[in-house]
Amino acid sequence: MDSVERPTWAPGDIDLARPSIARVYDYWLGGAHNFAVDRAVADKVLTDVPIIKSIVLNHRAFLRRAVRFMLSRGIRQFLDLGSGIPTVGNVHEIAQATDPSARVVYVDVDAVAVAHGRAILTGNELVNVLQTDVRDAKQVLSSPEVQGLLDFDEPIGVLMIALLHFVPDAEDPCGIVADYRDVLPGGSYLAISHAGFEEGEWDPAWDEAKSVYNRGVSEMCFRSKREVEVMFDGFELVEPGVARLPLWRPESPEDVDPDAAHFISFGGVGRKA
Amino acid sequence: MTEQVDHRVAAPGRSNLDPAVLAGAESFARTWATAVIGSSYVPMTRAEVAEHLQALTEVLVHALHASPFRTAPGYEIGARLVEAHFTGTDTLGRTVQLLGDDLLGELGIQPDELMRSRLAALQGALAAGYARALRERTLAEQEAIRAAVLDARDQAEAALRASEARFRAMFTEAAIGIGIADIEGRILDVNQALQDMLGFSVEEMRQYNIRDLMHPEDGGSVWRLYDQLTAGECDHYRAEKRFRRADGEQVWTHLTLSLVRDDHGDPQYQVAMIEDVTDRHLLQNRLRYQALHDPLTGLPNRALFLERLGRVFNNRARHRAGLCYLDLDGFKVINDSLGHDIGDQLLVEVGRRLDHSVSGEGKLVARMGGDEFVILVEGSQDTQDIVDVADRVLRELESPIRIGGHELTVSASIGIVERALSGTTAADLMRDADITLYWAKADGKSRWALYNPERNAKEVARFTLSATMPAALERDEFYVDYQPLVRLEDSTVVGVEALVRWQHPEFGRLAPDRFIELAEETGLIVPLGRWVLRRACEQARRWLEEFGDSAPFVSVNLAVRQSRDPELVRDVKRILDECSLPPHHLQLELTESAIMGTADEPLEALRALSEMGVRIAIDDFGTGYSNLAYLKHLPVHELKIAGSFMEGLRAADEEDAVDVQIVSTLVQLAHALQLGVTAEGVETPSQAKRLHRIGCDTGQGWFFAKPMKPEEIDELLRR
Repeated sequence: MDSVERPTWAPGDIDLARPSIARVYDYWLGGAHNFAVDRAVADKVLTDVPIIKSIVLNHRAFLRRAVRFMLSRGIRQFLDLGSGIPTVGNVHEIAQATDPSARVVYVDVDAVAVAHGRAILTGNELVNVLQTDVRDAKQVLSSPEVQGLLDFDEPIGVLMIALLHFVPDAEDPCGIVADYRDVLPGGSYLAISHAGFEEGEWDPAWDEAKSVYNRGVSEMCFRSKREVEVMFDGFELVEPGVARLPLWRPESPEDVDPDAAHFISFGGVGRKA
Repeated sequence: MTEQVDHRVAAPGRSNLDPAVLAGAESFARTWATAVIGSSYVPMTRAEVAEHLQALTEVLVHALHASPFRTAPGYEIGARLVEAHFTGTDTLGRTVQLLGDDLLGELGIQPDELMRSRLAALQGALAAGYARALRERTLAEQEAIRAAVLDARDQAEAALRASEARFRAMFTEAAIGIGIADIEGRILDVNQALQDMLGFSVEEMRQYNIRDLMHPEDGGSVWRLYDQLTAGECDHYRAEKRFRRADGEQVWTHLTLSLVRDDHGDPQYQVAMIEDVTDRHLLQNRLRYQALHDPLTGLPNRALFLERLGRVFNNRARHRAGLCYLDLDGFKVINDSLGHDIGDQLLVEVGRRLDHSVSGEGKLVARMGGDEFVILVEGSQDTQDIVDVADRVLRELESPIRIGGHELTVSASIGIVERALSGTTAADLMRDADITLYWAKADGKSRWALYNPERNAKEVARFTLSATMPAALERDEFYVDYQPLVRLEDSTVVGVEALVRWQHPEFGRLAPDRFIELAEETGLIVPLGRWVLRRACEQARRWLEEFGDSAPFVSVNLAVRQSRDPELVRDVKRILDECSLPPHHLQLELTESAIMGTADEPLEALRALSEMGVRIAIDDFGTGYSNLAYLKHLPVHELKIAGSFMEGLRAADEEDAVDVQIVSTLVQLAHALQLGVTAEGVETPSQAKRLHRIGCDTGQGWFFAKPMKPEEIDELLRR
């Protein structure tokens, strides 16, 4: 994510020798938009922390629930920050199933993910894909992809799914959220899903996987529920507030495993007044 | 992102199924869903998954019972699982196992040979369909991601090409000169602006090393910093630097040199940004010239002169230097009477003549302002060098200057200072030249004066004295001594002359000749004289009390200025009254010039004093020009013959006949006018004897007594 220091017109790094978060996620989600280097890391983590697959699936499922929730509240335009490789169950698929005129802008820093998205979405005039570092809210919001498609007089659904745990405190994740919040019209919604746990829940067996992941893919910043709640500053959290991911408005009781109360991720949706 | 597909297969003839079978299918689908959920991400709720799988289960039910039996539905189910993104391979294993274990039982189908074989065939077809669909999907996705990589790379390369093109354009089109060289200084590339600036083509420039661009006038720091930069010790520096153009002209530039390092941080390239500041430089030179030159005469101005003078002292390349500080005489009159325009033209001509008469290395003519000019001569041999310059200048100014129909004759006064540089400063030199110019003016103008340290010291002392005199009077630093006036006939002390002294805290005891003249100049003589008068009268009163009729009168000198003071008579009367001193105990001494040269009023005052009973004496008689005819009309009682006439009467063995004749004539004259005569400066017994013989009444001088304290006079009187 070094493009912040880079002039905007400079090309991003396309280094296939390095795993990419987007492609590793794709692999865990059952996709084949990935390379050996991605799968090697993904498999290594999976071996050490089998639960990772469940975590990834849950974030994806949370995305689906959050989008459907926002749709039910009348949201028809979405900004998906850190969208990754568009595998299946993407925002525009979910949204346009409800309202074919729903509009979506995907933003990711991964040049390959964005190129893939653009290739698939060619001709879909209600979807734009933008390659930018989402930490630079000003650049995202002023881009033609966003300005040309989203109407800032109408509420917008902003999605930060499995995104902010890649932003260390030093880079002020709350500040980044605030940068987006400040320009959102009232009635807009923000969904955040975030890897995390409360004190005492960390399994030392995961240390190895974490370091593999940190080294090979990206630094992970686990946060507590409270820390995630703080990110919603300026938003009113909808029920049930920030919750363990499986416990946030589950679609059926069977979806809630017995250990859901210790699931190592949180999620929540807030509404800007 | 896959196309939007409805993964839920509509069960054909669903309503045809027996409700019991339907319930079984529903139950199986739920089990199936539980088994596969979590094996991969499917964008469906659990209920949607179950519903989807139930539809597939119903397809299976139909397929099991179909006639003729076909495996195609199994194949299709496998494909549809992949299509719904049940791509985790666990899905297939669990599905095949579940079909074999549970399906027939759940549906209430008798597991006979036929059904088992049909089920096995469908399982195989499902696995084959799944495998094929997954393979296709995988290949498609692999294809897609590779295409995305290529796209992204294309875009990145396009961006890179665009950025390179932009950089190239920036380099080529920049108005500032840019050059790139390797770390050894070999020039690799230069842009058009730099080629234009220096007049060399790229090819020519590439032949050069940076060091070939060294200019003889470069500051030492330019190349010192260059060495530091190429050594990697600094990353950039700025400097003013001159370059020689291909056509031999010079270019002044502002240079910024930056070091480019490789990935390891080692110096790799150097990039020079060079801005042509020649115009600015020339402008600065012009502005500097304007700042340092007098616009009227074009001569260097005060600032440049002082700068040069400062340099003379800083460099000390020469041992001596001289200054002529010159000021036109009467320039103000010309300016006021003929106008500033004529005055200005006169200054221009004077400047021209000065510049003309004083030329050569080490000499500088500057206009200091107004009609003041200064000539600096560096490295003079001796004072005569500067005197020659001053003479030349005065001669040069002698011929009349013709301006606008006027023929003007000007002269100048010049103060000259010439000395060794060690032990003096520029400020000293300037100040002394300025003082000396003042002397030249005071000495009569149209001349030069040479600085003289004794004269200066004296003037400084005079200045100090005159400045401190008023305070001294208040602090009682003055006192009065008395010198007896002795009657020659019987050596009786008949009077005493009051002589003021100054006990100066710094200079010690000062005689009147050191400060009376100053007091006259400053006007302080009036209060000082009044003080002396009062002090003398008080003393005379004391003597009167002690010695009665034999008490001496006091003779007090009256300065010219005092004699013209309208308050004189009143002051004298008040003092006499306050001291209760009879007027005839006071004698006032005035010089010839004070009495003779005066208008009526002072004479009136003297008459008034005389009528009051105060004695009037003419001091130093014979040294001035007395109108003898006038003398008899003056209210005078005594003549004091100047001590200079006593010289010829001094020796014991022989006398100067002329002096004797003069003195006796003066005595006769005085007596003819019924005036008393006092001889001053009597120092020998011979003088006293001769004066007595000549008929002189009174004597004064060291032969009788030196000036002394009043107590000493007391003792003298008591004897």
